[in-house]
Amino acid sequence: MFVNACFACTGQREFYSDGTGQAVSIGFLHQYVLGNYRRLYARVLACGVNHFNQGLIVTNLLASGRDVRPEDRAEENALVTRALASLPANRAMRVLLELRRRRVSNRRTRAIVRKYLMDAPPEVRDFRAVKYRRAFRAAAIHAHVPFEGELAGLFLRGFCERKFSTPLFEAFRRAHYAESAIYELPYSIAEGLAAKHGVRREVFLERIAPRLTRNERLRLQDASLEALGESFDVDWERLPPTRLASYVLSRPLDERRRRADELRDALDRAVARSVRRTGVRFGRVACVLDRSFSSAGSREKRNRPLAVALAVSRWMRAAAAEYTAFWTEPVDDEILVTPYGATNLVRPIIDALRTEPELLVVVSDGYDNDPPTVAGQALELAPRLCPGCFVLHVNPVYDADGFAPRSLSPDVPTLGIRDGEDIATLVAFARFARGAASLAELEAHLDARVRAFLGGPAGPEEPAPAKTADVGEAR
Amino acid sequence: MTSKLSLTGLRIGSPQSMGAVRLVPILRDDPPGDLRIGLRSYGESLGIVGVDTRPLERGTHYVSYVPHAFVVSYTDGETSAALGTRLGDEERGGKSFIRLHHRMVKSELADDDGPRRFRLLPLHLAMEGFLALHFRGPDVLWSEYSEHAHRFGLSPRMERSVRGTWIRGLEQAVATFEIHPRQVGVLCFVAETLASAFVVSHPDDYRKLHTSLLEDFYGHLLYQYALFHPELPRAESRVDVDVVATLADLEREVERVRGDWVSYVSLMASGLFDRPITVERVRTSGPFVLERFLPSFDLDEECHIGERIVRKDGTLEYLKTFRLSQAQIRRAYLLELIAKADWNLDTVCERLASSKEEFLKRLVNAGFEYLLKPHIVRGLSR
Repeated sequence: MFVNACFACTGQREFYSDGTGQAVSIGFLHQYVLGNYRRLYARVLACGVNHFNQGLIVTNLLASGRDVRPEDRAEENALVTRALASLPANRAMRVLLELRRRRVSNRRTRAIVRKYLMDAPPEVRDFRAVKYRRAFRAAAIHAHVPFEGELAGLFLRGFCERKFSTPLFEAFRRAHYAESAIYELPYSIAEGLAAKHGVRREVFLERIAPRLTRNERLRLQDASLEALGESFDVDWERLPPTRLASYVLSRPLDERRRRADELRDALDRAVARSVRRTGVRFGRVACVLDRSFSSAGSREKRNRPLAVALAVSRWMRAAAAEYTAFWTEPVDDEILVTPYGATNLVRPIIDALRTEPELLVVVSDGYDNDPPTVAGQALELAPRLCPGCFVLHVNPVYDADGFAPRSLSPDVPTLGIRDGEDIATLVAFARFARGAASLAELEAHLDARVRAFLGGPAGPEEPAPAKTADVGEAR
Repeated sequence: MTSKLSLTGLRIGSPQSMGAVRLVPILRDDPPGDLRIGLRSYGESLGIVGVDTRPLERGTHYVSYVPHAFVVSYTDGETSAALGTRLGDEERGGKSFIRLHHRMVKSELADDDGPRRFRLLPLHLAMEGFLALHFRGPDVLWSEYSEHAHRFGLSPRMERSVRGTWIRGLEQAVATFEIHPRQVGVLCFVAETLASAFVVSHPDDYRKLHTSLLEDFYGHLLYQYALFHPELPRAESRVDVDVVATLADLEREVERVRGDWVSYVSLMASGLFDRPITVERVRTSGPFVLERFLPSFDLDEECHIGERIVRKDGTLEYLKTFRLSQAQIRRAYLLELIAKADWNLDTVCERLASSKEEFLKRLVNAGFEYLLKPHIVRGLSR
């Protein structure tokens, strides 16, 4: 249940509940598991839970270092260090600031923070020092980390320093006086300085273009179209599919209709790449996808549930030999899907079972209301009506009151899902969970996950050039 | 004229519940689209309505918080459908605290070939009808009534109601409600009692007016119910697992569940639909008739007042109702009794077989103290 919650919850507002409730609920769940199953709690870091929960786990573990058993200490340390290194930089910095806010400053924490800040390759370290100046400085001072080399000049002497030999620091210093230097800085830093120099938007966007990260490019599509008359090139293929699906859904319907082929193509290429990387193939698959009004998410997570559903659909289309999608309200072109209508899950489930699939995936927030509570029963009956069909319900929304993603029926496995492309992992996980429920086997499975997690290559999962290393989750 | 309310041309969908509130969509399969209703927002201002004169001139006035009006556009011909409601003169701008309205229902100038339209103050129309009940007061100078009652009738007559936003849980229920594609209306239950029914003519209009549920006013009773019962009692209909052997069986069972819900909702709403109502015609516009209605005031039953637009063939095109609280029903009931006896209190007491003092006490307790002479009120033992 805990792992499940960690897949879905981000402490943000959802359609049916507010952000505070979500944060309190997940916070309690973390404390409970930490207090009672500490070893398991640490090992969840290796299960691929979302970044928000990874950060929370790291913080909680470091804050309660006294309770760790001596025989587990080495493994926990390794897990925490590895998890911190694999988090996107903005998330990791937030963890460090949270540690400071909670006044966590034991010896282990200081060592781990020092390791994270200073042992990164020099160009990565310098990049972080400039881009996250305030967080970097605060975390370093809190953990009593001595500033090495020119970091001291940057953080302690400020502009009294006349000249830096590190190119990035020097660019940052010069950028306060000369417009030409701002284009050597990361976009988010350069933007403020550009305003200071009064640089025209179109000039700035044109010259900063080479420095943009993938997500910044995606985010600035509209800005560049307005200022430069053309959008930035985006490397569609390298974007995560769910992210791209979110982008697609954020476009107005007119534009989506006009660019339908282009967007569909981009989405499919991203999906194809993701499918290739997992190397998983399915046989006959049917998906029941919830596009009811509640899939609009909330102001903080606009259209997130729908984006996940769209990504799952495209993903399965690419990975399955035979695939059919059933939306709660039929839609001609998936690219044009909008949150609309009530949640009638039963009819699409029946239609899907008619195709006799081997795997039936239901993507829904677990509120079914047309008519209420019947969809769960239909899923329970599925093994009888359609033998050999494996049924899985994935839910992109964490239910604060139930401490887990809301399920349609207690007899159907329900898993939280963060990104549509995780669906293959979740199917494997659900099959495993249903086939072998014994704790020993779960332990063995976790062991394997932990070994893989600790043995894998260091750094973020997709190593990128140092200057664009921080592929942050959008806030 | 007495008749009965019915959902002619409409059907009931599956309910959605949240907290104490259960919202039941009302669906229309083929909206003709020749009657459209739009919203005109008035903001947070107090409204003074001249009921039969211009506002602030001599005559009866209705004073209330009026957050919005509905603008009804319609066409006569069967072929030409109105293309949405056009709200040309959106009244916005500076803050005004008091807004003057001329009459509850008022025609508006339309373009030459555009749809004709009129403006109406929703629910206030019905409420005004309720307040105006026997408003003129006694016709004969019976000695018990005060001079005020003889001169000014029941004026000032007032009733209390609460805004939708005050009803606990309604705001969230309305926000998270998933509007059905063919939905034109909603039955709103608070703690399993019918709070109000709201129906318009076209699904697109409903989509726009959905949140106006929160600005409407509701009976005080429902405010209390929502506080006392924050969660609904469990009510569900499930598929019978044993009879399902094939997908067709399952489909049939699902249809049965749907039917169960419809009959459950109809049962819960029988206080509105199964009781006789007294209808008063307010306006006839083309094939449409705007009416307001009052129930028979029975102390043991639910009473709903409301207004509706009915097409010539009996199809319900617009409906809005208000659930009276027990005290309001009692007041109306007493007024009916007295009026039926030509305001002669002795006759009333005879008919009720109660003592006069008893009946006067009931009047005072119901809030009609101001109709009686002060010395009579003082003489009543408390």
